Amino acid sequence: MADPTLFDISQRGKRCTRMPAPEKGAEELIPAQHLRAQAPGLPEVSEPEIARHYATLAAQNFNVDGHFYPLGSCTMKYNPKVNEALAADPGWARLHPATPEEHVQGALRLMHQLEAWLCAILGMDAVSLQPPAGAAGEFTSLRVFRAWHDSQGNTQRTRVIVPDTAHGTNPASVARCGWTVTVLESGDDGRVSPEALADALDDDVAALMLTNPNTLGLFEAQVLQIAEMVHDAGALMYCDGANMNALLGHGRPGEMGFDAVQVNLHKTFSTPHGGGGPGSGPIGVTAELEPFLPVPRLVEQDGRLAWDWDRPESIGKVQSWFGNFLVAVRAWAYIRACGADGLAQVARDAVLAANYIRASLEDVYDLPYPGACMHECVLSARTIAEETGVRAADIAKRLLDHGIHPPTMYFPLIVDEALMIEPAETETKAALDRFIEVMREIAREAAADPEILHDAPHSTPVRRVDEVKAARNPILRWQGR
Amino acid sequence: MPWLPHTERDRREMLEALGVDSVDELFAEIPEKLRESARPDLPPPLTEMELLDHAGALAAQNRTLDELTCFAGGGIYDHFIPAIVHSVTSRPEFVTPYTPYQAEASQGTLQAMFEYQTMICELTAMPIANASLYDGATALGEAVLLAANSTRRSRALVSAALSPAARRATRTYCEATGLEVVEIPWDDESGQTDLGELAKMLDDEVACVALQQPNYFGVLEEVAEAGEQAHEAGALFVAMVEPISLALLTPPGEYGADLVVGEGQPLGLLPGYGGPLLGIFACRDEFLRRMPGRVVGRTVDAAGEEAYCLTLQTREQHIRRGRATSNICTNEGLCALAAAVYMAALGPEGLREVALLGAERAHDLREKLVAAGLEPRFAGPYVNEFVLRVAGDAEALVRELAGAGYLVGPTLARDYEELDDCLLLAATERRTVEEIDGLVAAMRS
Repeated sequence: MADPTLFDISQRGKRCTRMPAPEKGAEELIPAQHLRAQAPGLPEVSEPEIARHYATLAAQNFNVDGHFYPLGSCTMKYNPKVNEALAADPGWARLHPATPEEHVQGALRLMHQLEAWLCAILGMDAVSLQPPAGAAGEFTSLRVFRAWHDSQGNTQRTRVIVPDTAHGTNPASVARCGWTVTVLESGDDGRVSPEALADALDDDVAALMLTNPNTLGLFEAQVLQIAEMVHDAGALMYCDGANMNALLGHGRPGEMGFDAVQVNLHKTFSTPHGGGGPGSGPIGVTAELEPFLPVPRLVEQDGRLAWDWDRPESIGKVQSWFGNFLVAVRAWAYIRACGADGLAQVARDAVLAANYIRASLEDVYDLPYPGACMHECVLSARTIAEETGVRAADIAKRLLDHGIHPPTMYFPLIVDEALMIEPAETETKAALDRFIEVMREIAREAAADPEILHDAPHSTPVRRVDEVKAARNPILRWQGR
Repeated sequence: MPWLPHTERDRREMLEALGVDSVDELFAEIPEKLRESARPDLPPPLTEMELLDHAGALAAQNRTLDELTCFAGGGIYDHFIPAIVHSVTSRPEFVTPYTPYQAEASQGTLQAMFEYQTMICELTAMPIANASLYDGATALGEAVLLAANSTRRSRALVSAALSPAARRATRTYCEATGLEVVEIPWDDESGQTDLGELAKMLDDEVACVALQQPNYFGVLEEVAEAGEQAHEAGALFVAMVEPISLALLTPPGEYGADLVVGEGQPLGLLPGYGGPLLGIFACRDEFLRRMPGRVVGRTVDAAGEEAYCLTLQTREQHIRRGRATSNICTNEGLCALAAAVYMAALGPEGLREVALLGAERAHDLREKLVAAGLEPRFAGPYVNEFVLRVAGDAEALVRELAGAGYLVGPTLARDYEELDDCLLLAATERRTVEEIDGLVAAMRS
């Protein structure tokens, strides 16, 4: 059962933070016509009550420190504590973005280095740190593509090809760009089929968006041929880099023929997800596309760094200032602590863990696309569902009873009863073994006692939540008892 | 590598279970020539101790707001942040989870967001708020797109006195979809949006009118009249607000705003060199199913007990894909949590005091500057920020004052040619009379 809200426990006159008493009244400073008649109904609570309230709420969250969190395509790796300490350091955190450049050379140097390192990791020529999230990186890249096409007079190119396995953000970002989506059906091997692509390519195609490895955890092995076909058709190649954790040190999107790629610092580069952000979605592009990147651009002259706003071909801005800087600080620290070999080892351990889980579960769950996977494996509960009526969602909810966060469910859309498992590289073998044992036990339960799964979870702070009722009768704010 | 827990033996055992000799075999699908050149050129790894020293040396090249007395504004303000805020927002239970899709495992985050939504509704007097967008600039872009989709009209009128970054982001968002963004001029004397000009610009193709309150110059707009004009022309009225000032000012829900956006940084977020920030988004009921972003609802669990979950997800990209109301996925959850803790810590009385102290300090500063012979650029009413005209190069003055330990600005030349001798000055509750006198003395010389 939910705990009382801050509004429930609010009592008139209670205070936490006090301020020195103002000397003037509002009416002495601001014309009366602009003043509000009634104070906002914010909670009135003491500091101990606030601390207790959030401690109580915190205890109800699964989280990466406390739980195995194999959420496919989300790369829920451990978030190093030193990065949090650095991001909280006033030397980074208490910088005003309007500070003259000569007084923020450290911050600019950090951003400049991170841009260069991401270029090296991605095999791209230029990086913009401005997009504040992965989807923002997709949109920014497509806007850059559009600006480039416009500069070439290619205004008839308004279609973007997106495979059916793509994240939902891909088609949504295409729509945001005023373009239309052509969905490309995956081949029998779960990858883009060059034949199907050839049929879809035409002189109205602006780009192909390809997630690599794709959301089945499979590397698009034909990527070089695909890139050649797309470029020959006059279109551009976009890489959704959400799954970059599999490629670190083992493959660079720039060398695969991609013209732009976004990376999610909150996935691959270990910055925390924050229960839904803040993230950061820098993009890397080829030299040809660099003039179109968001303003301002960081430039170096005589060893001094400065912001360059004089970029006539730029698409404009996608964040108020320079991007989510304090997220960039964390990613910078992570890359600096890992080095090239460390990053390659990250990919190797992540891929090894995913394959270990795959090989240990493929006899009890369906594996719709057999063979080795990359950083994640997509299992299916289809046979279990047919035989016992237990569905992927029931299995997911039952995992909660074992203190394990569920995998991503029912995605990608081309797999029935999908369970998309991404263990990442930071779980011990013992934790992986326990997950495997729990998943096998749940499969046994499905046959022996399906009700226990239909009713799961049993041990969480609330029982299965009625999302249908929430949507039918939306209650989006506290309204009193 | 400090964050890899496997021993070589663990790795070998896993490979044996797979029936594979080497991890390399698992990467065999990547063409060999790609693998051979994939090692990035990066500096050698550092230990945690070395990293902290190295980062510390780099950070020492920055002058923070502990070293520069901040009178700068332009959307980012140097407010006091109570210790309880970081204490809550640094809890791993809030820092490390994903977006709360799994409601049963995320009641803490969900309830905290529900409370945040309620606080934003209270502050703005709007019925609905979402669980955050990236920042104020992109929130304005989202609102303008929503207005165009909802009215099926093709032009947005945005005040030229509204934040330049938000106008730029809005153009980047809108122009790709064929939506025209046209700027409403401002009055040279008052610094307010010129509502006479607005009246001439309104027609049946205008989807929305967007004003900022107070505007980028710090000046209070005649928002009620602007809203009326917009509505008479069948357009929506979008208000961009500053959250702290709402403790004093008429909330947008009471002057006819249909959509409300704002930059949430003043609510307990560190300036962070401009990010991460917090996009505030609130709206009237009729836009419920067109809203961008996450929203938390209250419902019940299987036992009939109260519970929370993400709701109205059929608007969102992971369900609706190309027909979603927005492409947003990861938003600014932890920043919204910081804002909620901040608002709870201050409460209605504390927030009023913060707003009032800032206004008091800014008025004190302006009066002293006038007494020293300096000239505020606009005559319109203001709260805690205003534009000052300076003799000569404003950019050079900013640099000079930084040398003397004062941060002022931003300057306005980049975005307003006619204001190339002007800069913004803002004051918050943190500024003391001594600091104000110090700045006035530094500017006089």
